[in-house]
Amino acid sequence: MSSTTTTAPETGEIVFYEKDEHAHPEGHSTALGFWIYLMSDCLIFAMLFATFAVLGGNYAAGPSPKDLFDLELVAVNTAMLLFSSITYGFAMLAMEKGQAKQVQAWLLVTALFGAAFLAIELYEFHHMIEHGATPQRSAFLSSFFTLVGTHGLHVTFGLIWLFTLMVQVGRRGLVPANKRRLMCLSMFWHFLDVIWIGVFTFVYLMGMLR
Amino acid sequence: MAVSYPVPTSPIFGRFTLDALPFHEPILVVTFLVVAVGGAAVLGALTYFRLWGYLWREWFTSVDHKKIGIMYMVLGIIMLLRGFADAIMMRIQQAWAFNGSDGYLPSHHYDQVFTAHGVIMIFFVAMPLVTGLMNYVVPLQIGARDVSFPFLNNFSFWMTTGGAILVMMSLFIGEFAKTGWLAYPPLSGVSYSPDPGVDYYIWALQVAGVGTTLSGINLICTIIKMRAPGMTMMKMPVFTWTSLCTNVLIVATFPVLTAVLTLLALDRYLGMNFFTSDFGGSPMLYVNLIWIWGHPEVYILILPAFGVFSEVAATFSGKRLFGYTSMVYATVVITILSYLVWLHHFFTMGSGASVNSFFGITTMIISIPTGAKIFNWLFTMYRGRIKFELPMMYTVAFMLVFVIGGMTGVMLAIPPADFVLHNSLFLVAHFHNVIIGGVVFGMFAGIAYWWPKAFGFRLEPFWGKMSFWFWVLGFFFAFMPLYVLGFMGVTRRMRVFDDPSWHIWFIIAAFGAFLILLGIVSFLVQIGVSILKREQLRDTTGDPWNGRTLEWATSSPPPDYNFAFTPVIHEIDAWWDMKRRGYKRPLGGYKPIHMPRSTGTGVILAGLSTAMGFALVWYIWWLAALCFVAILAVAIGHTFNYNRDYDIPADEVERTEEARTKLLTGQVTP
Amino acid sequence: MSRFRLIALLPIALLMGGCNFVVLDPSGDIAIQQRDIVILSVVLMLVIIIPVMALTVWFAWRYRSSNKEATYDPDWHHSTQLELVIWAAPLLIIICLGAVTWMSTHLLDPYRPLDRIAADTLVKPDAKPLEVQVVALDWKWLFIYPELGVASVNELAAPVDRPLSFRITSSAVMNAFYIPAMAGMIYAMPGMESRLHAVINNAGTYRGISANYSGAGFSGMHFKFHGMSDADFDKWVAGVKAGGGDLTRAVYLDLEKPSENVPITHYAQVDPVLFKAILNMCVEPGKMCMSEMMALDAKGGLGLGGVSNVMNIAYDKFNRRGGTTVLGGDQGFVIGLCSPEELVESGAKLSVVRTTPSTRLIGAGLPLPAFTPISSSATPFSAPFRPSNI
Repeated sequence: MSSTTTTAPETGEIVFYEKDEHAHPEGHSTALGFWIYLMSDCLIFAMLFATFAVLGGNYAAGPSPKDLFDLELVAVNTAMLLFSSITYGFAMLAMEKGQAKQVQAWLLVTALFGAAFLAIELYEFHHMIEHGATPQRSAFLSSFFTLVGTHGLHVTFGLIWLFTLMVQVGRRGLVPANKRRLMCLSMFWHFLDVIWIGVFTFVYLMGMLR
Repeated sequence: MAVSYPVPTSPIFGRFTLDALPFHEPILVVTFLVVAVGGAAVLGALTYFRLWGYLWREWFTSVDHKKIGIMYMVLGIIMLLRGFADAIMMRIQQAWAFNGSDGYLPSHHYDQVFTAHGVIMIFFVAMPLVTGLMNYVVPLQIGARDVSFPFLNNFSFWMTTGGAILVMMSLFIGEFAKTGWLAYPPLSGVSYSPDPGVDYYIWALQVAGVGTTLSGINLICTIIKMRAPGMTMMKMPVFTWTSLCTNVLIVATFPVLTAVLTLLALDRYLGMNFFTSDFGGSPMLYVNLIWIWGHPEVYILILPAFGVFSEVAATFSGKRLFGYTSMVYATVVITILSYLVWLHHFFTMGSGASVNSFFGITTMIISIPTGAKIFNWLFTMYRGRIKFELPMMYTVAFMLVFVIGGMTGVMLAIPPADFVLHNSLFLVAHFHNVIIGGVVFGMFAGIAYWWPKAFGFRLEPFWGKMSFWFWVLGFFFAFMPLYVLGFMGVTRRMRVFDDPSWHIWFIIAAFGAFLILLGIVSFLVQIGVSILKREQLRDTTGDPWNGRTLEWATSSPPPDYNFAFTPVIHEIDAWWDMKRRGYKRPLGGYKPIHMPRSTGTGVILAGLSTAMGFALVWYIWWLAALCFVAILAVAIGHTFNYNRDYDIPADEVERTEEARTKLLTGQVTP
Repeated sequence: MSRFRLIALLPIALLMGGCNFVVLDPSGDIAIQQRDIVILSVVLMLVIIIPVMALTVWFAWRYRSSNKEATYDPDWHHSTQLELVIWAAPLLIIICLGAVTWMSTHLLDPYRPLDRIAADTLVKPDAKPLEVQVVALDWKWLFIYPELGVASVNELAAPVDRPLSFRITSSAVMNAFYIPAMAGMIYAMPGMESRLHAVINNAGTYRGISANYSGAGFSGMHFKFHGMSDADFDKWVAGVKAGGGDLTRAVYLDLEKPSENVPITHYAQVDPVLFKAILNMCVEPGKMCMSEMMALDAKGGLGLGGVSNVMNIAYDKFNRRGGTTVLGGDQGFVIGLCSPEELVESGAKLSVVRTTPSTRLIGAGLPLPAFTPISSSATPFSAPFRPSNI
């Protein structure tokens, strides 16, 4: 980028413009933009966590976390999501090596773990609702279902995105646009992991301690 | 006259019935006829002159930040007319409903009017005007070709428009919220507001909120990543700085609004218990959460206006801005502090003396950087050569009016004083004082200042000055009486009055509102006259005000690519520096320029989102589900399009630039 | 006060001839002190605002482009001393105002009992404040005098110079209790009690309002507040006792239904726990009181058995403005175990036996809980929808 120097070497005159086209490569700010988006999403979760912190003890003379949560089940669930993060990491390593088929394979494994996570979560919800511990029963349950459910919705969208990317990598290979998307989804997926660790700690573990 | 909406609902039309159409409200029927006739005339004209294709190709689907910026401004001005219609209806009602008279608006209607006025003015007038100005100016000021994510920009605009359309629909289909502009529960809960009004409120703000958040992300990235070489952070124009801070605030607060409105929607639709009084919910939580968004929101609006005044004061004083560094730090300090003051909106909730005084004092601290800014503008004028063009007139008016609003604001920040002034007309006068004196004057200054850049001709000054004087006088007549009424203990949102000694003040206030009406009309006349007389007002230089920042370096209106060559910056006030050091415009050596391609996806996605919002308001579940699936499908389909940009060939750039060369040398009159 | 009128409102003195600037000229000690804060803050700020406005006008005039005599210095843009001044001047004002704020907020905290009834008169050590329970209804005000056993709607009376202690709540939505002549406002919120301590120093009739929009009848939601001599007040109470009816819970439930522009109504007798029941949102028969619910929640709720402890609406409270959620089913309420009277007596000390799940959520899931009596000491109830013993 010699043209960005402040004086042109041959004449010593001050340069006020670049002679070459000042190329911003396509997607040069996608990583930053996606980061900022994640932070804004993080704020939504922060609000839901805050709501849970305020209302989480209001059982309305109904069931409390101790009556509802099964830590072993949630631990299995947490493991599913953590494994999916690791396998996504393998997908990114494969991407670095340029192995499109392997990327697709690891994405599929990630999706399977993600789907398992969702299935267990839905199972948990189903049982609670079946026993009458519905989101309507108390403010605690409203905030619990909303916080955990919002995370689950994010995972669902992550799954849709995973499958979309698998198709796109299959069609076009590891072109820069696809690499960029893989990187964004990677951030998204790990972000959901971090949120889940917060959910596991503050909702489930601390809920059992309440 | 309240309509009851059927629950359970029909599978096809949800809870919509023909009763929801307001045939029983003569005011609305007449309004609808006027809108329908006017709308049909506009649509007919567009069809007759075969403008649909042009509009779709060149505007609606455009990803050019300049066109999107202009569309935002058009949206803001159209919605200003609606929001002001509500305002003048309120003023007439309050001036009328004395001595046993019930006025002309029943509570069912009046309560919607003041809610809609607040919502529209903040979300669909001030926000589009601010966003539009930032969209238009920021990339030009930093020497960029466009924003970081041009498609997202188009999508954001249409989402904002979608929200505005939902609010407008509520005028004729069903009704709007009757809760006040922040819709506090339990009143906004389904038990007390079962009508579709609050649902319109929720979905309009959710749809528009997505657009605003994305636009915030976009502009932050643009400012951080796309500045021209040499433009360090501390060489950015002040308007760009205030835009950066505003967008940081947007990204850091609109998710809060999204979250809290989602919780309210869950309460209303699914019977959850976040903000109900029974089952452990807490309405106070809502009040806290919404003001955590709401207070930064007022800084989102005022900071860009501060930026405009900084640019205008420096330009028209012919002088560098006094205290650039302290101006920047003041802006950043305001940005941070704006998060620490939300509780001052409800001292009267009884939070306890220590909490109240903490938030009172943080609020007052904000007045320190704001005061410093006022002094900076003041000393920018000092030893200048002040040209009193319209933008500068607005700036001086702002400095005089805004300090009064600042003073009353600090009064309200003292909890014991707030206990007697809260929720009174004094409060109403205060925030109109800062919003009209700050944001509205700032936007009008900005429009007059950058209009020649956007269209290549100046605004006609006579009608501009008429508009200015009507606005300033109208403001004083409309709101000073409200300060007085506040001291008489008159509460806001009252519909009828029984104390005749208040009457005269409401009549004065209504008179002020009519002066403002003349101000708005003069503004529209100004635009019309300017377009008619555009040849006399033509500016061929691209720099009609002897400007200081980069946007004045290119032609007016700027070409699609903004700058044929990316500028290199050495100083604050880059263009002033270039002119002083004898910058010569390059006349050859053009290269092809890489630009983003237009796309209709943004319009389609926003249209589907709006339809989904409408379906949710009326419980038309099949339509909501269909729209949701369609949104997903269109969004995924869009990601399969890898061909999103094109090159403007070098010879086309050369042709454009040569045309400008001829203009500049006076060989051709356009 | 005349002092303020002379200084600040002289220019419009003619206009305000017939006007009542109640906020600037109040009749209660608290409001007078709040008024003083308003004036003090204005004066402090005018110290900086008047010079700024004057300089703005002067600079704008002096440095207009047609004035070629004024200095033009296009590169003058920085001065460290000046910048110090422009940051320090507002800072100093804010330090003063901040100190005033901290002190006055604590001194005038509405939750703090009065220690003076006028600038020069302390509260007598043996003076017992008159307690008034305030309920914001849709759209009228209910005042209960617990010590006198009377109540009135849309009319409040109090002896002058006697400390008043208000307990404020709301039946449905948020309102704000505000008598501008006496003291600043405080929100009235359902299920919550806010407090206000104040005094009225001059006899007279004042205006009381709701200062927070609460729906269709909001404009008519004002009341008369009488400051009276002790003798007049006793007469007023006697009048209420002579003319009024009995405010039982059933009467209250009828009264709380939405109504607008309600005339003054008196009640000679009041259910002694009515206010507690309103505050705890358990006036309706069978509904669990908030205090009981909070006590149960503090002990971990009622377990899975508690999910069935909900009764659907048997009366028109939640539907009174027509609402039900479309997907969430009907609103209901939690069935109470104790009556409000019992709660008042026991101070909400409850012994709770929680039902704990016998199996985990894994596998076939839990069996539906058997409906065993939750508390052996409280009245047991066998059928899920039988209300408790109110």
